[in-house]
Amino acid sequence: MTDPALVLTDVTYSWPGRGGFSLSCPDFRMAAGESVLLLGASGSGKSTLLSLVCGIVTAISGSVSVDGTDLSTLRAGARDRFRAERIGVIFQQFNLLPYARVVDNILLPLRFAPMRRSRAAPGDAARLCIALGLPGDILTTQAGRLSVGQQQRVAVARALIGAPPLIVADEPTSALDAATQDTFLSLLFDQTARTGSSLLMVSHDERLGARFDRVVRIEDIVTSWKAAA
Amino acid sequence: MILRLATQSLLARALTVGMTVLAIALSVALFLGVEKVRTGARASFADTISGTDLIVGARSGSVQLLLYSVFRIGNATNNVSWESYQDIAARPEVDWIVPISLGDSHRQFRVMGTTPAFFEHYKYRGGRSLEIPEGHGLQDLYDAVIGADVAAALGYAVGDPIVVSHGLASFTDHDDQPFRIAGIIGKTGTPVDRTVIVSLEAIEAIHVDWQGGGQTGQSTPVEVIRSMDLTPSAITAALVGTESRLQIFGLQRWINEYPEEPLLAILPGVALQELWQIVGVAETALIGVSAMVVITALIGMMAMIFSSLNERRREMAIWRAMGARPATILGLLVLEAMLMAAAGAVLGLTLLYLGLAVAQPLVDAAAGIWLPIEPPTLREVWGLGIVIAAAGLASLVPALRAYRLSLADGMMVRT
Repeated sequence: MTDPALVLTDVTYSWPGRGGFSLSCPDFRMAAGESVLLLGASGSGKSTLLSLVCGIVTAISGSVSVDGTDLSTLRAGARDRFRAERIGVIFQQFNLLPYARVVDNILLPLRFAPMRRSRAAPGDAARLCIALGLPGDILTTQAGRLSVGQQQRVAVARALIGAPPLIVADEPTSALDAATQDTFLSLLFDQTARTGSSLLMVSHDERLGARFDRVVRIEDIVTSWKAAA
Repeated sequence: MILRLATQSLLARALTVGMTVLAIALSVALFLGVEKVRTGARASFADTISGTDLIVGARSGSVQLLLYSVFRIGNATNNVSWESYQDIAARPEVDWIVPISLGDSHRQFRVMGTTPAFFEHYKYRGGRSLEIPEGHGLQDLYDAVIGADVAAALGYAVGDPIVVSHGLASFTDHDDQPFRIAGIIGKTGTPVDRTVIVSLEAIEAIHVDWQGGGQTGQSTPVEVIRSMDLTPSAITAALVGTESRLQIFGLQRWINEYPEEPLLAILPGVALQELWQIVGVAETALIGVSAMVVITALIGMMAMIFSSLNERRREMAIWRAMGARPATILGLLVLEAMLMAAAGAVLGLTLLYLGLAVAQPLVDAAAGIWLPIEPPTLREVWGLGIVIAAAGLASLVPALRAYRLSLADGMMVRT
């Protein structure tokens, strides 16, 4: 894994028809296995940056490389598959399909990622749940019945299954109380260290910074503006 | 896994999904029910007469002749004279001929005068003969053989007396000459079940004291009548069997061109076809209406999917984040719709068979139409398949919207 986990070079992007929100990111990179906290207030372009990293949208110019692959060289379908194969995603909340069992939620990305599926061993979902401090019988529970804290841990298990090289987390702790936040982060770091995945977490909470290899303020790497209407 | 998730997603919205499935089920049951009644009615009609090559009556319309001679619907406008009957019977092509005389009634049931040959030659449902499990056929002048429905409706048993009324819906009884029930015919599912059969001579006998439609006032004693010549002067119609099927058309032409009297000979199958053409318009209308009900149910389902899209944007974002293509999301919604339609189809079939089990004896008693309870025909299975496919097509409209939404939202929906 000599390839850097993430490289953004001279990236520009503007949303079609969303008040003309545009952003440029001249240079940002993450080494393999590195953990980075990206600090920024809402409206600073965090969501757009994550969309670019995940290949949901493509840069107008410049390149976004994840794990050595330039996303702009991939077609839409291939980008979706690439995301499933290489990136584990954790949202702020409402991460899970509430009607599905926990085990189905955890295994869902593997459904779209054959290579990642072949890396995952049969007992991985259960092992991850236990490692994340979830009760052993949780796999067959309906996801909608879990507490918010449990749901976030299940989301971590889902992001880590099959050991994708990059984990992207969008304010995963903001729905948790302070005590739970701490435990949650410890577990998240333990598991990303185990799989050797890089971790890109977005937050507005500076106090979280101590645990990360590096803390980056979004305004230091990204310029964003609203085009005059 | 996708199939399981789609099923679980539907189960999680049990109430709205259940309503949609119920609407589809009811429409499917209605559609199949109409189809069952239609084919049942056709089969009942077609099964009513077989083995008869020609039906002969006074000249009128072929459908009319078929209806009054076989189905006891409507009335003959004219009679066939006994001389004409005998001329036809004497033709070399004729293998057998059975005269029929209609016009009198017993309660709500028609009385038919004929010869014992009727029991020999009248065939129904692909060649089955009439059976008389109780009693015997026509032997005495005042013997009557009644259909199963007559016996059941009026509670008659063999040996009971029975009085024939003059004309249809009349208050004048032939009570001076009571009949005795000699036999009860087993259930056939044909108009025979609702017929009182007496001998041709008996019809003549009860009209001895009648002239020109009125009672003469005198009452000839039964002993005198028994000794009289009771050859009728006219009959209503006759059923004819030919020596060879090749002779049917020749004989038909001969009868239709019979110079002494205007007669009409029809092939029962051809007349039935004409009847279908008349009934066909109503059938098409019924099928059209029930198809519209299915379409309405599918549009309801479409509206239901549309209204669920907004609250499911978050779910779509999760699918996208996990690597699902927008096409997968489209497929998921179409799959859900087809699952709902399939559930509706299965439930509709269940409702249909429950309904048939309840309605079968009622419809048989009321309309004489036997609705068979049998596995769905290939045609019906195709119909169900088309309903499911149409549901898939209808769901494409909201699914395409979800496709566009998921492209625009990506995985970043703020809820």
